[in-house]
Amino acid sequence: MTATLPTAVGAPLARLEGPEKVTGTAKYAAEYRTGEVAYGWVVQSPVPRGRLNAVLADPAADTLAVLWHGNAPRLKSGDDPELDVLQSDRISYRGQAVALVVAGTLEAARRAAQELRLDITTEEHDALLRTDHPGLYTPERVNPAFPAETSSGDVDTALAAAAVAVDVTYRTPALHNNPMEPHATIARWQDGDLELHDSNQHPSGVAATVGALFGLPPERVHVITEHVGGGFGSKGTARPNAVLAALGAKVVGRPVKVVLPRQAMFSMVGHRTPTIQRIRLGAEPDGTLTAIDHQATEQTSRLFEFAEQTTVVTRHMYAAPNRRTGHRLARLDMPTPRWMRAPGEAPGMVGLECALDELAERLGIDPIELRVRNEPAVEPETGVPFTSRHYVECLRAGAERFGWAGRDPRPRQRRDGDWWIGTGMAGATYPTMAQPSTARVRALADGAFEVAIGATDLGTGARTILTQIAADALAVPVERIRIRIGDSTLPKASVAGGSSGSASWGWAVTGACRELRASGRDEATFDSSELVQHQEKDGRHAFGAHFAEVRVDAVTGEVRVSRLFGMFAAGRILNPRTARSQLLGGMIMGMGMALHEEGVLDPAMGEWVNHDLAEYHIPVHADVEDIDAAWLDEHDDRINPMGSKGIGEIGIVGSPAAIVNAVWHATGIRVRDLPVRLDKLLSLLP
Amino acid sequence: MKTFDYRTADRSSAGLAPEAMFLAGGTNLVDLMKLGVATPDVLVDVTKLPLDGITERPDGGVRIGATVRNSDLAADPRIRRGFPVLSQALLAGASGQLRNMATTGGNLLQRTRCRYFMDATKPCNKHAPGTGCPAREGDHRNLAILGGSEACVATHPSDMAVALAALGAVVRVDGAAGERTVPVTDLHRLPGDTPQRDTVLEHGEMITAVDLPALPFATRSAYRKARDRASYAFAVGSVAAALDVDDGVVREVRLAFGAVAPKPWRATVAEEVLRGRPATEESFRAAADAELEAARPLRDNAYKIDLIRNLTAAVLTRLAGEAR
Repeated sequence: MTATLPTAVGAPLARLEGPEKVTGTAKYAAEYRTGEVAYGWVVQSPVPRGRLNAVLADPAADTLAVLWHGNAPRLKSGDDPELDVLQSDRISYRGQAVALVVAGTLEAARRAAQELRLDITTEEHDALLRTDHPGLYTPERVNPAFPAETSSGDVDTALAAAAVAVDVTYRTPALHNNPMEPHATIARWQDGDLELHDSNQHPSGVAATVGALFGLPPERVHVITEHVGGGFGSKGTARPNAVLAALGAKVVGRPVKVVLPRQAMFSMVGHRTPTIQRIRLGAEPDGTLTAIDHQATEQTSRLFEFAEQTTVVTRHMYAAPNRRTGHRLARLDMPTPRWMRAPGEAPGMVGLECALDELAERLGIDPIELRVRNEPAVEPETGVPFTSRHYVECLRAGAERFGWAGRDPRPRQRRDGDWWIGTGMAGATYPTMAQPSTARVRALADGAFEVAIGATDLGTGARTILTQIAADALAVPVERIRIRIGDSTLPKASVAGGSSGSASWGWAVTGACRELRASGRDEATFDSSELVQHQEKDGRHAFGAHFAEVRVDAVTGEVRVSRLFGMFAAGRILNPRTARSQLLGGMIMGMGMALHEEGVLDPAMGEWVNHDLAEYHIPVHADVEDIDAAWLDEHDDRINPMGSKGIGEIGIVGSPAAIVNAVWHATGIRVRDLPVRLDKLLSLLP
Repeated sequence: MKTFDYRTADRSSAGLAPEAMFLAGGTNLVDLMKLGVATPDVLVDVTKLPLDGITERPDGGVRIGATVRNSDLAADPRIRRGFPVLSQALLAGASGQLRNMATTGGNLLQRTRCRYFMDATKPCNKHAPGTGCPAREGDHRNLAILGGSEACVATHPSDMAVALAALGAVVRVDGAAGERTVPVTDLHRLPGDTPQRDTVLEHGEMITAVDLPALPFATRSAYRKARDRASYAFAVGSVAAALDVDDGVVREVRLAFGAVAPKPWRATVAEEVLRGRPATEESFRAAADAELEAARPLRDNAYKIDLIRNLTAAVLTRLAGEAR
């Protein structure tokens, strides 16, 4: 009987909550009716550094409370200083929350916030990242726990002796997380317990973090996160909105709603650090790499050290006997950088893959062939084997699909009317990770099964995929699975981050379902901690290759991406419909990184001055022309029971470099300072 | 956002209380109110006034009511046929949703997108005269190369206004002092020492219509806009042009530049240079250069000189080609 059931995993099941979302009935954090809710408006510091002496509110203002460090309830300090809101007079960045106005309406709260007078003693600030910053230091670790530096062989000697060498510096700007749904919380206190409707990627983590700040154990904080409109990493941990809402609700004795306005998304939720990457490559005339040196300069804040792992990706991408990677940080009077889709890999592969393109040009070798010639048999730095690595197959199959063969390697050769046309490619990779999680399954009286896990669905299809995994593990049709996620009271799941959700949660769900069937009981709970702890120690990574065709307007320097194609080897694809969507989304975000997105710093103001979606550009529909993603049928049964590698981030890794390389091929111009915009091309065009 | 009263206007000459503002589509004003940049006590909604017609004039011109929506104006067959530059400019702006709301008068009166002006927490001589202009040293990649001053280098962001400037449109105004007309090229002021005033309109004066004078050769006109993404972005440089060529020689030309100045920049110097000259790319480039001699770029916006020169040459060369 079970043998004849079609498997649910691998089928293009539509997202289960799709109808609710397109009809507007799916509720996001700020949309719950929770008693007589009051509205909190966050007052942000107008200076980058200083001391807040006093907050002067109009006594006649129509408010319920104006909270600041002079009157806010005391919090127990945790390990994230950005969450110690309204606890100190110290201002560490422009845009930091310095007060919360609570009122009966949103309009009244905003109005009172705009009219608040802040008595601030301003101090000198430093907001500009530079390679000669006197405060640059090497951190002990880079995110999450990698050594900041590695070195093997003799890089300097190898570079000096190299037949061909490149020494280039690539810069990526500050990039800002802008999920469609901004960070939002409704907080309600009841009998000393706290309930949070909160938009995040990790309900149990938020419950533990916010609870600790208020001296509550996690079980006395109930976090409800049914639907999330994107996060990209910025909702991986509790953000100040959750703490501020809880503080406000505690003081006014009513539920308080705090929704960050779009402008605040550029300061309070975490951005990707700007990077300055120096890459030096040495090679034999046949393209064999003899040396790789990748050094990143990046920033963190005065409050907190976050060290983007920009050059870590170079440690396992290509073979070379002499290699060195490193990171240096400057502490600036700026918001703390945080996770943003593929932290480390996304910026790091701009530097590495663009430098390789430059090397291919110098060598007169096809850029795909150059990569193939440097394919490592094992992880180059650790010497451990890969569980599976089909990078070369992605390069070859992708080139075939894209039509790479016969490409004239010389730049500035194709012209169609006003347009210069070029093609480029770059590699992609992302680590395959899993974290411990627990799932529970119950047999219900009507023959259905309730599968419960405190996971979150950021809009990616997690709910749907877990349903498919459970259906197969229980050998029942998907219609008989009732999935429950998005609640901190459900069995504890890991964060929806690091492209690890499906693997981590699927592992626990599979375990619970198998246990239910084996035990014959009507309920089973499974904790994957031990399995995850003993998971495969060999190198676990997904790989891919991006191909771009761009056209550059000879009149204006405007760049358009005519074609973007990604070929991936990411283990078993659990749901081709949601997978394709995630891969394309990553690639489009990569297009934004290549051409559009930039936090424009005003060093004197200590702020990125383009803080809304009219001025901070991300790609719009008209920017996306011919785009597609495909994947190899990769089987890797050593990584987890599903054989899946995670696809949330790999789409943004390498796609920016493919586009930048294509711009060079179209125009002969190497733009090494992202984003590639018309003003950087115009004066250099023929 | 400051609390405000809302009422509808009953006639165009009624004027305004001191802290009142006219509201039309609201696509710019309401944003500025939310940001705390605009703080009116009263909004007077003009969209109920009978100002939403597009009518042909006896002389062959067209009168566009002040509350005609951008979408309707762009789609009007008389505009598409007789003044394609205007239709193209409108469709190059904003998004479908915004064009459905935005009006002719409101589009002209939209404020700059200067990032310092759009932030009430920053110094800006338009917010508060004398507080300084951080843009000169800070972010000015998309600010003025023409017509700016020490006090202000804002650019006017409209696409439509650039086409209207090229077409020699005339703005009809009504107010307590009666009706008057203002050429669209004189509507916006250069900032000088008083950048807080965008236009020559007195408080309470209302735009009731925009007149397009007859311009038969405007059937051969075009708008081209360069921007940082394919759609839904303000111009970083744009050119509106109409060209009349006779036997390879420029008989008449209308040319205006966008995103380079505090107002839609009618390129009168370039026009003068071109009249009677061969309609060649070389002439067009030389004419653009003559106009751009007055440019005073800052650290990060000199690229606009190349951009405008290229756009001018490309647009006029294409129009000249159509004439053959």
